[in-house]
Amino acid sequence: MSTTKKPSNAFRDADERWEQETLKPTLSRMPERAETFTTTSLYPIERLYTPLDVEEIDPVADIGFPGEFPYTRGIHATGHRGKLWTMRQFAGFGSARDTNERFKYLLEHGQTGLSTAFDLPTLMGLDADSPLSEGEVGKCGVAVSSLADMEALFDGIPLEKVTTSMTINAPASMILAMYLVVAEKQGADWKRISGTLQNDILKEFIAQKEWIYPPRPSMQLVIDTFKFCTDEVPRWNFISVSGYHIREAGSTAIQELAFTLRDGIEYVQWAIDAGMDVDAFAGRISFFFNAHNDFFEEIAKYRAARRIWAHVMRDRFGAKDPRSWQLRFHTQTAGVTLTAQQPYNNVARVAIQALAGVLGGTQSLHTNSLDETLALPSEHAATIALRTQQIIAHETGVTNTVDPLAGSYFIEKLTSDMEAAAMDYIHKIDAMGGMVEAIDRGFPQKEIQDSAYEFQRAVERGEKVIVGVNAFNVDTSGVEVPMLVIDDSTGESQRRNLAQIRATRNADRVTTTLENLANGAAEGRNTMPLLVDCVREYVTLGEMCDTLREVYGEYQEPVF
Amino acid sequence: MERKIRILIAKPGLDGHDRGAKVIARALRDAGMEVIYTGLRQTPEQIVAAAVQEDVDCIGLSILSGAHMTLFPRVLELMREQGLDDVMLFGGGIIPDEDIPKLKELGVAEVFTPGASTQDVLAYIRSNVRAGA
Repeated sequence: MSTTKKPSNAFRDADERWEQETLKPTLSRMPERAETFTTTSLYPIERLYTPLDVEEIDPVADIGFPGEFPYTRGIHATGHRGKLWTMRQFAGFGSARDTNERFKYLLEHGQTGLSTAFDLPTLMGLDADSPLSEGEVGKCGVAVSSLADMEALFDGIPLEKVTTSMTINAPASMILAMYLVVAEKQGADWKRISGTLQNDILKEFIAQKEWIYPPRPSMQLVIDTFKFCTDEVPRWNFISVSGYHIREAGSTAIQELAFTLRDGIEYVQWAIDAGMDVDAFAGRISFFFNAHNDFFEEIAKYRAARRIWAHVMRDRFGAKDPRSWQLRFHTQTAGVTLTAQQPYNNVARVAIQALAGVLGGTQSLHTNSLDETLALPSEHAATIALRTQQIIAHETGVTNTVDPLAGSYFIEKLTSDMEAAAMDYIHKIDAMGGMVEAIDRGFPQKEIQDSAYEFQRAVERGEKVIVGVNAFNVDTSGVEVPMLVIDDSTGESQRRNLAQIRATRNADRVTTTLENLANGAAEGRNTMPLLVDCVREYVTLGEMCDTLREVYGEYQEPVF
Repeated sequence: MERKIRILIAKPGLDGHDRGAKVIARALRDAGMEVIYTGLRQTPEQIVAAAVQEDVDCIGLSILSGAHMTLFPRVLELMREQGLDDVMLFGGGIIPDEDIPKLKELGVAEVFTPGASTQDVLAYIRSNVRAGA
């Protein structure tokens, strides 16, 4: 594979001489701090990387140029010189009206795109008045039970001008239908609106665990949105294949990389099997990665992800359009690394993690707020998080050149090693028959659980230091962090609003559109147009999801 | 032979974040306790029924969704109804400091927040829970 010039014998001689004359006496005088050094994923790291480590890496075929296959150095020829990443802070709490105010505040403060967090009942396809929703309405995100909530959420926000990301999975198609009807009512053209739907059900089974239906019908719903958006909402990014939650659940960086890309492969394969042309849809697939603490490991992960995806799309799926080869991704800093102890330290963690995302060539970025291990972010904390991105963008100078770490022996070697390790996992899952089959067996779930446990043990043995937690800890019980408190009034008002909607809508139209949905789903027709019809009649999220529960059944997680 | 401590680790509510619950379950199991993990999305009724059926010595609830002030009191109420007076209830998750005294007043024995080590939990259980006959 390599056509690169081999390091000269002179270099090998010099390397040996250095080991004998300089390294050895140093080690005998002062041993290193540990016998082995590992990343936060417990991946071993060598003392020194030299030209000998990159002998097999071809500077043209493997590293190449930004904007060209295999995109190791980024998907844009000019990197962040041409366009900065989108600063997209995830927000959502309480009622749609509360979140609408936060959205407007963020837009006024220079945020360039919206990102919606939904509450747990919404994520699980339950209405606010379901008994299962008690105590959870509006707590982790905004409560959306019907079109009326979606109208309030985007009130005064022109959907043709702002791009919106919506973090929703099991009921993604219902929420997309609501968004499209709001756009329609604003007079916005579906052909011109843009945004991103997370819509990644596989990682729900693997890590985040917010599912409704079993894996196969769930995949069918996803493919319905692929088809519908390709025809009707061509600028919509209908899936964000997410490693974020896999990592938060405790995976290593390599597992995050491997399982996320194998999920991507699964969606592409299902769409092709459903008769879609790969180049007609692949350019609308986007990805979402975590930015964890281990700076270089994260940067190598993003670079490896682009290279793997480019090869998979071109060589495995035969995609011809370069856009289909390009892995675009959103990054969020790692919530799991934030500490409740000495919470202001989190600002430093977030800044370093965000910098890794930027140096890894991210297209958009969410920086966590310092208080997120305590509660949802307060306005003050959310502003500091956004300012952190602006400081990286405008003060540090890291955006002045494209992929500045390329050519580092360490970064290139780590990129290649992570690529190889991820490919091993991908081949293993291929051999199982695909990701749906691997999930049936609990394979990715068990791998992640083991990694989470190993990391916890390393922390408790003191091998991994968490500042303020297992080292440098002081009593900070007196440190006041202002917190956003969501009371139960949202639940009460949501229940009242829903009762009113149910009483005033056209009951016959509700029954008819739900029947059409049930019949269409049972016959295997595309559910998206049927869901749009339901939404127009103010059919609630819970009613749509319950109708499909009858058709598809509900998922029960096997206990691993 | 002395009976092992039996613990029910439960995830009430809609929250799917089970990393902590599973790490704790495994650590307690590795320490020689008998651990029953309920799986996700158990109602308070299901949790207390499982506690009765499994004859456990204590129950650990893991809640990261903010619904703790609804779910802990409900589980305690049902425990009282079922006569589980000698079963200890503890919890963990994202629980703001100011809610912890309120939960303790209601009868939650201890609350572990992010950063707590599995050894802390283990030590607490060992010194506060005795295996039933």
